[in-house]
Amino acid sequence: MTNETITGWLHPDEMRAYRQRHKSFAKRDKVTTLKEAVSRGVKEGDYIVFGGMGSVRNPLAAVYEIIRQRIGRLTVGTKGSQHDWQILAAAGLVSEAEVSYGFADEVRGLARPARSAVEEGRMKVISEITNAGFQWRFTAAMKGLSFYPTRSALGTDTLHYSGSKTIIDPFTEEPVELLPACYPDVALIHVHRADRYGNCQIDGNVAEDIEIAHAAKFVLVTAEEIVRDEVLEATPALTKLPYFIVDAVVEAPFGAHPNQTPGAYSFDEAHWQTWLDASLTDEGVEEYLQQYIYGTTDHYDYLEKIGGLRVLRQLQHIENGVAPYPQVSKRREVK
Amino acid sequence: MTTIQQQRATETEKMIIAASRALPNDTAVYVGTGMPLLASVHALKTHAPGLLLVYEGGGVGGRPQGRLPIQVSESLTYERGVTVGSMDYVMSLAQAGWIQYGFLGGAQIDRYGNLNTTVIGDWHKPKVRLPGSGGGADIASLCEKTVILMRQDRRKFVETLDFLTSPGYFDGPGVREEKGLPRDTGPYRVITQIGVYGFDEETKKMTLLQLFDGFTVEDAQRASSFPIEVASSVTTIEEPTDEELTALRALDPDHIVLT
Repeated sequence: MTNETITGWLHPDEMRAYRQRHKSFAKRDKVTTLKEAVSRGVKEGDYIVFGGMGSVRNPLAAVYEIIRQRIGRLTVGTKGSQHDWQILAAAGLVSEAEVSYGFADEVRGLARPARSAVEEGRMKVISEITNAGFQWRFTAAMKGLSFYPTRSALGTDTLHYSGSKTIIDPFTEEPVELLPACYPDVALIHVHRADRYGNCQIDGNVAEDIEIAHAAKFVLVTAEEIVRDEVLEATPALTKLPYFIVDAVVEAPFGAHPNQTPGAYSFDEAHWQTWLDASLTDEGVEEYLQQYIYGTTDHYDYLEKIGGLRVLRQLQHIENGVAPYPQVSKRREVK
Repeated sequence: MTTIQQQRATETEKMIIAASRALPNDTAVYVGTGMPLLASVHALKTHAPGLLLVYEGGGVGGRPQGRLPIQVSESLTYERGVTVGSMDYVMSLAQAGWIQYGFLGGAQIDRYGNLNTTVIGDWHKPKVRLPGSGGGADIASLCEKTVILMRQDRRKFVETLDFLTSPGYFDGPGVREEKGLPRDTGPYRVITQIGVYGFDEETKKMTLLQLFDGFTVEDAQRASSFPIEVASSVTTIEEPTDEELTALRALDPDHIVLT
């Protein structure tokens, strides 16, 4: 990429005008179904980002609904993202990606379907960036700026392909990198609890969810639990996303399965192994998608398909230290 | 003499223990999962009980007791820890100079410690697509000293990278500063199955400092596509002690990393 087009960037005033038209301080009940929220908020060709990080607290229930509705030609910002965007890519719905980290699942190994999509030309990487760089692109957007400065990665090919610009810092008189603000069309974020208006609490690590939620045009929140108004009113210091930035709220218990939601449930290693084995061939991917996603009517049907309450309760026990951690799944070769 | 003969250390175990030894007590280290995490927790549990582990997911100071984290953002990264914040918080810590050590790996490295974790082949039409920078280029730019852990062969130790993902010394002394990176930062050690390398003060070229037992300077040269500089006296790395090896194996009983 050269710098002639910067994906996701807007003049801050355009975004101010957008917010005036589309966001509201009226306390409306925004609770809806995943099916409705996804079909209203996610459009063909949208630029989409995911909350959580790596394989932790990812909005997978919402991702699976996008796959069920086959909403394609998506551009994804892979800000330290893994299974969420990789399974969308495996389903053939991603045509472009801005990459800080992608194509792998840390110690579990490289993600073949997303890799081969790029190597075979079915998906295009349109820019590179670092994890801090992506964070600070969203920080710029949240702060209403057109860029955010950094000293990271100056002089690298990573920044050459990032759409950022090097200038001379007028104070130090040394080079500094300006990262373009990034305003995604859609942010999908999975949280521990929300009220019906969209106020959200996240336990533990917030990754860059506060920034992406303030940066995106449409914010779809899935929550482990929707609680009475009084619960969040009693603990406002724990509320990380305020209602006025959120567009749709969906209750999705175990909405990050097979990944972890800290303090709630652990990784489903057995299911991960099923996916890793399936991911080795295109046929395996198709069978997996058919069985668990296309072949399930909604998130609750999916939860039954992966083993239901018996499996889910065990994942809670593992996270809470009641049950031992099972063997960690890894990519293996077909026998 | 112990009655139970300790099974000999593998090359991977020797590399991790050498990395652990490189981390002084009461410093902060930026860790990723896999070998860096094993090295850091090993240091924490043996010679560096005051080592502060910082994860890019936001966890600071976690001291896991059972299994090790398999993800840089999972709850174990702040178990028994100091705080948990955001990507912004921990990356800002690094940019402001709070983090002394950072770990990196790569598919390719050149003589100045520049790393490629993005593509093999042309970026526009890659032969092999790799994960990208992730936090790698941030760590390489912002931490004081980076320790690179990777196996060495002629395809990995290359004359010219296919893609410069994370900065080493670019092509010589003073270039990091010219580019605008923080002063007094850069690659500190490269640890491979053959030995431990540093970077020459004057030339910033990768220089062999130590060899693992059984390897020679010629082995190091044969496994590199660029000429290996050699320190005036190359020493042999002390074999892992029984205590070091036992501590390491206890950290990965399921052989997730120690395959």
